[in-house]
Amino acid sequence: MNQHSILRFLQSYAVLIMVVALVIALSLLSDSFLTTRNVLNILNQSAPLMIIASAMTLVIIAGGFDLSVGGIFSMGAVCSAWLALAVHPAVGLIAAPIIGLTLGTINGVIITTLNVHSFLATIATSLIFTGTAIVISDGRLIPVRMDEFTWLGRGKIFNIYTSIWVTAVFAVLLTFLLTRTSLGRKIFAVGGNEEAAILSGIRTRWIKTSTFATAGFAAGLAASIATSRISMGQASAGNGMELQAIAAVILGGTSIYGGRGAVWRSIAGVILLALINNGFNILNADPFFRDLTTGLVILAAIGISAFGRKS
Amino acid sequence: MSLKAPLLRADNIGVSFSGVSVLRGVTLEVNHGEILGLVGENGAGKSTLGKVLGGYYSLSEGVLYAGGEDVSGWKAHTALNHGIAMMHQEIQIVPALTVAQNVFLGFEDTKFGILKPNERQRLKQLMSETGFFLNPAIVTSDLPIADQQKVEILRSLARKAQMIVMDEPTSSLTKDEITQLHEIMKKLKERGTAIIYISHFLDDILDVCDRIAVLRDGSHVATLDRNKISKPDLVAAILGTGQTETQYPKKSPPKTRKKILDVSGLTSPNGTKNVTFEVHENEIVGLIGFVGSGRTEIARALVGADTSTDGKVKLYTSDYSNRTPAKSTERGLVMVPEDRRGQGLVITLPVRANVTLPHLQSYTAGGVILTQKERSKTEEIIDFFDIRPTVIDGDVTNYSGGNQQKILIGKWLAESPKIVILDEPSRGVDIGAREKIHRSIVELAASGASFILISSEIEEVLGLAHRAYLVNDGQIKAEILPDETTERDVLNTLFSFQ
Repeated sequence: MNQHSILRFLQSYAVLIMVVALVIALSLLSDSFLTTRNVLNILNQSAPLMIIASAMTLVIIAGGFDLSVGGIFSMGAVCSAWLALAVHPAVGLIAAPIIGLTLGTINGVIITTLNVHSFLATIATSLIFTGTAIVISDGRLIPVRMDEFTWLGRGKIFNIYTSIWVTAVFAVLLTFLLTRTSLGRKIFAVGGNEEAAILSGIRTRWIKTSTFATAGFAAGLAASIATSRISMGQASAGNGMELQAIAAVILGGTSIYGGRGAVWRSIAGVILLALINNGFNILNADPFFRDLTTGLVILAAIGISAFGRKS
Repeated sequence: MSLKAPLLRADNIGVSFSGVSVLRGVTLEVNHGEILGLVGENGAGKSTLGKVLGGYYSLSEGVLYAGGEDVSGWKAHTALNHGIAMMHQEIQIVPALTVAQNVFLGFEDTKFGILKPNERQRLKQLMSETGFFLNPAIVTSDLPIADQQKVEILRSLARKAQMIVMDEPTSSLTKDEITQLHEIMKKLKERGTAIIYISHFLDDILDVCDRIAVLRDGSHVATLDRNKISKPDLVAAILGTGQTETQYPKKSPPKTRKKILDVSGLTSPNGTKNVTFEVHENEIVGLIGFVGSGRTEIARALVGADTSTDGKVKLYTSDYSNRTPAKSTERGLVMVPEDRRGQGLVITLPVRANVTLPHLQSYTAGGVILTQKERSKTEEIIDFFDIRPTVIDGDVTNYSGGNQQKILIGKWLAESPKIVILDEPSRGVDIGAREKIHRSIVELAASGASFILISSEIEEVLGLAHRAYLVNDGQIKAEILPDETTERDVLNTLFSFQ
């Protein structure tokens, strides 16, 4: 490898380099890190964020931002718990993704018909969604202690959590959509050069709306899984979720300007954030240093990528 | 005056952009208190020369002297230190700031970084010294364009500019405003300020200039004394005598007179006014006009990239209303836009994704992309247009301008369209690519497609088109037959519209 390609490699795979470095460091520092149990736990706990970040990748590649996924997540959590109690547990689990899809579509329609920046529109809808969740739940926690409800978050298939299977299937589907379908191609085109996409006859409004609908669906699905795991619905469940998801996507190396990116990158970004958290737990490190460390690791990943770009 | 060294002297200067020479061997002097016009056809290099003299582009060769001092390596701010200011074609003021804030932008009077409250006072003094008056407190975005230009002039004067380069300052002004600007220029001249006046409006140039430098194909061909010439002399100088240029491929006449596009009364808020024209099968039709004459806008209204408020478009045998780019592509009416990076290619995608972008439904089954089909189509396009490097998955960014242009044209010709609008198909392209593009156009016209060719190079349209329309102010003013017309006649007619 010559110097140029080394730099290109650094730029493209900064997030993987950081993940590998952390895995090596944590395995050396603690015996309890690289165990099946711990690894499955990390993945199980990160499943909702991975699902949201995967879908957020599509939104960002198409040149948008969705700050309302946290709000949709809250709506999903509250509605699934409430419907599980009021109607049937299965209805609760299925309802959240459908509600998410609807709210995401509403986001897309607002953004494309009013022609406003998605950042602005989703700040507003985020508050509306969270606010509605608070009203529906009356500000209370909604506990759902039913096996028919908690299997999604706690159950296992072939010794692996159901939530991890769901996440894997979802991420693979989105990867396929992005890289192999005409919709995926158009998402890249809209984010890469909107004017050229319009002149190429692409209905850019519809493409953008579809990315927000996907993000909404993902936030609802994530809410089902998370609510099922903790057997509790609450309106504050999604607080801060949107920023974590966006951070993971950007950390993974998807371009903040649109047009470039990949789903696996966002998954790697979520894993990187999760590893830092997990490291603090298993090492019994002073939790006061957690934010500080997370910030430094993110900065390091950005630094590696920027260093590679100098080529 | 004669004892003094000239304000600015260019000695055999040249400029190249990524190896392509756009200006060469220009020798020129600018003296205190004179207005020097720069004229030439589109692409002759007048804007480039203006930007070199104003310090915005650096020289590739030759030497530039300011007041006798060698300043060849200067930059915009060093040019400013030598008393040279530049007014760009686009007005460079901060619209949200007031007149006073704009005039002193970048050299505010401060103490420890805190603004002194004397800005208005300073401006009033400057205005009484120079004789240009504006309300200092008014926000510049509220001013008419002519007054915004005054702000720019005041800014130049506040920085003690001895020379101001004005690049097409009148292109968005009304007749009255132009007269006003000319008055200002004459006043500046009396104060000893030199002005370089770049314009393609010859009457304006003749109105105020003392000397006029003529550029052709990047070379300085003559400097004329205003008092010794008339407008026809100037046109002749701009055109030159040798009807030179490259050999164009032989065009075969259209086989039929079957009308496939019939546009009548097309009107759009984008500036297109009551445009009527027609295109026949196998025909290459040119649209000729100056930059800003509305050629591109007519094309955009036609394919539905901009909405139309009036007019009828008949495509083949049926009416085509509520046009959109998507519907136009479906019906085989496509536009290759002029701005290859801005509107043409998605540079974050590889060649093959760009080529099939407008035609994805032909390359998918159930929404899934048929990679093999896409690859073989891309190979075909790479082959036909001789695109290099011949990499199907190549990153578009890594291609030269000429090859990017070929990819762009290939993208739009991939699915054998019936009518192709080409907007500046050979802009910024090397000779080899240009010839390849020209040959492809003529070949494809013979084998079934019709073309609407838009170009700033009159000679290119005359060389390729069967018929052409002259465009000015968003309207079609005349129809010509290239084989029976000369470039000089066309240029004379275009200048007579103004």
